[in-house]
Amino acid sequence: MTTAKTRKEPLFHVVKHAERSTKQMIGFRLLAVALSIVAGGLFILAIGYNPIAVYGTILEGAFRSKMAIQATVKLTIPLCICALGVTLAFKMKFWNIGGEGQLIMGAVFASYFALYHSDWNHWVLVVVMLLAGMVGGGLWGLLPAVFKMKWGTNETLLTLMLNYIALHLVSYLQAGPWRDPGANGFSKIARFDKNAGLDKVLGVHFGWIIMLVLVAGVWIYLKRSKQGYEISVVGESQDTARYAGINVKKVVLRTMFLSGAIAGIAGVCQAAGSDMTLSMGVAGGIGFTAIIVAWLCQLNPGMILVVSFLFSILEKGSSVVQSTYGLSSDCADVLQGIILFFILGSEFFVRYAFVGRGRKGGAK
Amino acid sequence: MGEAKCAIRCSGITKTFGSVVANDGIELNVDYGEILALLGENGSGKTTLMNMISGIYHPDKGQIYVSGEPVSISSPVDAQELGIGMIHQHFKLVEVFSAMENIVLGTPGKLPGKKALRQQVEQLCANYGLEIDPEKPVYEMSVSEKQTVEILKVLYRGAKILILDEPTAVLTPQETDKLFAILRQMKAKGCAIIIITHKLNEVLAISDRVTILRKGKSVGSVFTSGVDAAKLTEMMVGHAVSLAIRRPEPKDVHTILKVVDLTVNKPDGSKGLDDVSFHIHSGEILGVAGVAGSGQKELCEAIAGLLPVQKGAVLYKKENILGKTPEQIIDLGISMSFVPEDRLGMGLVAGMGMTDNMLLKSYRQGKGPFVDRAPARQLAKKLVEKLSIVTPGIETPVRLMSGGNVQKVLLGREIESNPNLLITAYPVRGLDINSSYLIYDLLNQQKEKGVAVMFIGEDLDVLLELCDRILVLCHGKVTGLVDAKAVTKEQIGLMMTGEMTEEAKKREAEEA
Repeated sequence: MTTAKTRKEPLFHVVKHAERSTKQMIGFRLLAVALSIVAGGLFILAIGYNPIAVYGTILEGAFRSKMAIQATVKLTIPLCICALGVTLAFKMKFWNIGGEGQLIMGAVFASYFALYHSDWNHWVLVVVMLLAGMVGGGLWGLLPAVFKMKWGTNETLLTLMLNYIALHLVSYLQAGPWRDPGANGFSKIARFDKNAGLDKVLGVHFGWIIMLVLVAGVWIYLKRSKQGYEISVVGESQDTARYAGINVKKVVLRTMFLSGAIAGIAGVCQAAGSDMTLSMGVAGGIGFTAIIVAWLCQLNPGMILVVSFLFSILEKGSSVVQSTYGLSSDCADVLQGIILFFILGSEFFVRYAFVGRGRKGGAK
Repeated sequence: MGEAKCAIRCSGITKTFGSVVANDGIELNVDYGEILALLGENGSGKTTLMNMISGIYHPDKGQIYVSGEPVSISSPVDAQELGIGMIHQHFKLVEVFSAMENIVLGTPGKLPGKKALRQQVEQLCANYGLEIDPEKPVYEMSVSEKQTVEILKVLYRGAKILILDEPTAVLTPQETDKLFAILRQMKAKGCAIIIITHKLNEVLAISDRVTILRKGKSVGSVFTSGVDAAKLTEMMVGHAVSLAIRRPEPKDVHTILKVVDLTVNKPDGSKGLDDVSFHIHSGEILGVAGVAGSGQKELCEAIAGLLPVQKGAVLYKKENILGKTPEQIIDLGISMSFVPEDRLGMGLVAGMGMTDNMLLKSYRQGKGPFVDRAPARQLAKKLVEKLSIVTPGIETPVRLMSGGNVQKVLLGREIESNPNLLITAYPVRGLDINSSYLIYDLLNQQKEKGVAVMFIGEDLDVLLELCDRILVLCHGKVTGLVDAKAVTKEQIGLMMTGEMTEEAKKREAEEA
């Protein structure tokens, strides 16, 4: 082609890519993970540490002993369950940013029984606590849904603000009505009776079994059930849903209750499984991390399990790095940020392709 | 051809998307002071070609010349500087801005003052015979007004070469005539105009020359004066096609749906339907004509149970179905398929594959909490075969399918649910000739099976040929219910603008 050009052609064009195959997509994401490890390594190098040693410590920290592995799994449980909860809402395009609050409310409701009915038969108590957690989280999720259906409020704002209400409710409880009299004036809630704790199976409280059941349950619910189908339709287009005779209001309310209820279960696991008490730190940002996990996994329950575990490795490993190298916990956050940046960034390359000046035609 | 006269010349333009060749060595030229129609079926590469001329895509091979100079158009801004303006099928306007704010939006340099701007816009309108209130906000505009703003937008930027992508798809016959008058005036002022369309009568009415694309290749350019509709179709499709629409005689006629004094308010409180009364027989096609937004949507939605009704009754087999839920109405055998402007909005779930879309109205069937996808999968396969739907697979999201195929999926599903009453609005919206005739055939098959079909259409020629009776709506009122065989296009056009038939007048008088 030897045509004259009055104008310079730009260096490259951004072209929307046709749908890529699953294999390519997985390839892109793996590449993104690899790149993020390299970039994270550069960051560690820049602050004066040996990246290989630090990465080694992260892995070692997460897996070095049976106890370490158990601790990692323990971190996975609430994160994974909470991510499953928000997934239901997100599938419906209901922007539930309130996983944190729903988790806390689940913990609060369950804590009532743990604190005041610890004399009940152990299994009755545990089941009641789980149910109470579901009701607590569920109602906290239902509230913004009711407001949205009745007055058209913005669910993002409402669910977000409800997080803080839930958090400060705990603060009130521990300073007031539920304050532990035996804590020498400290404002905290008493440790739960052993009777109210979740039993250990293979060294970790049985929340992990609930987690696995929920992963399968949510997957089947979304993919195979009529209600799951309704959620997808409502999420895609409410007009179409109405046209098909779906009661949109009912679906939204039901789904938000379920979404909150699952987050509530995460709260029960955290309070009665890990912490054995209710504190301000019961959620500790899990509800927000869960949102990231859910989107990273494109709302796929199986992937959520895997990614939650990976996040937990990073979390557990970083705490060991912190104590071994004296690295501040902020460095772990930076590493997490770098990984997210690369993976979310790779989504762009999944959808678009750059076509260079020299190389014409749709790049594969 | 004099270089000064030649506005755009494309030579050997090729563009591929992945493995799909959208344009393959296309040749096209248009002169200043000429209207060129670009004709071709869906997927023949019309829009891709125009997007390259307006700088949205870049050709892989070939050269574009503007006013005789070879150019490389890398962005819409480049196109604008070369005096090329494109008016897209889907308007790109800011709803809350006024006409003139939209017109000036994005132009480089300092914004002119409100008064000066108003004057400029009015001057421009006067020059080209356009009519618009410069201060009117876009959300209050009719479709044709919005189009006028789009045209003004490109004229304001000094475009001398205009590309219009299916501009008449959303207009009434009267509005179309008005648009054509404007285009002729522009032509007289020396503009070069390329109009993309697949309505043959419009090609013949407006263009000087026609360039025909087929499967990404330019198959030829002809002077409009030397061809007729049949010849154009043949060039477009590749073989001769009969343009006559079959209209079998209705048989076994009895009333299946009776609408009495139906009054429906729009969400803004104005009347969407005003005392509408009519009935539909089984085994007939009742056409509904009217300017866009005359109450067609409200009528469909009221019958389907989606809109609250202020007054009146809808009797289906002598039973009032008002107050029933959409689900109950579906179960009665009333099927409604509404193809909105964006073709997907209602009726299909864009992100789902054919299988899941088949389930939309039937997923509740069967016991237990789980969805049985096996019959839906079978139905999807059957439709693919029966209606020759082109799709990579039945699980491919329908949003990735072409418009014609999407509509086949929608109508196919409605028909497979064996309805007694089939309401279908704009089923051929944006479809090419072959697909349109397939849809007409499907509707006729339903009619012959004894189904009552309500066909809400845009193209009056089609309504007149296909339907048995035609109901005309204007501002939510019935302005005529006529025998399609005994009425002319002009008469219907008048009724659409509010002129009542004697019969309708009499009824109105009786009621008063």
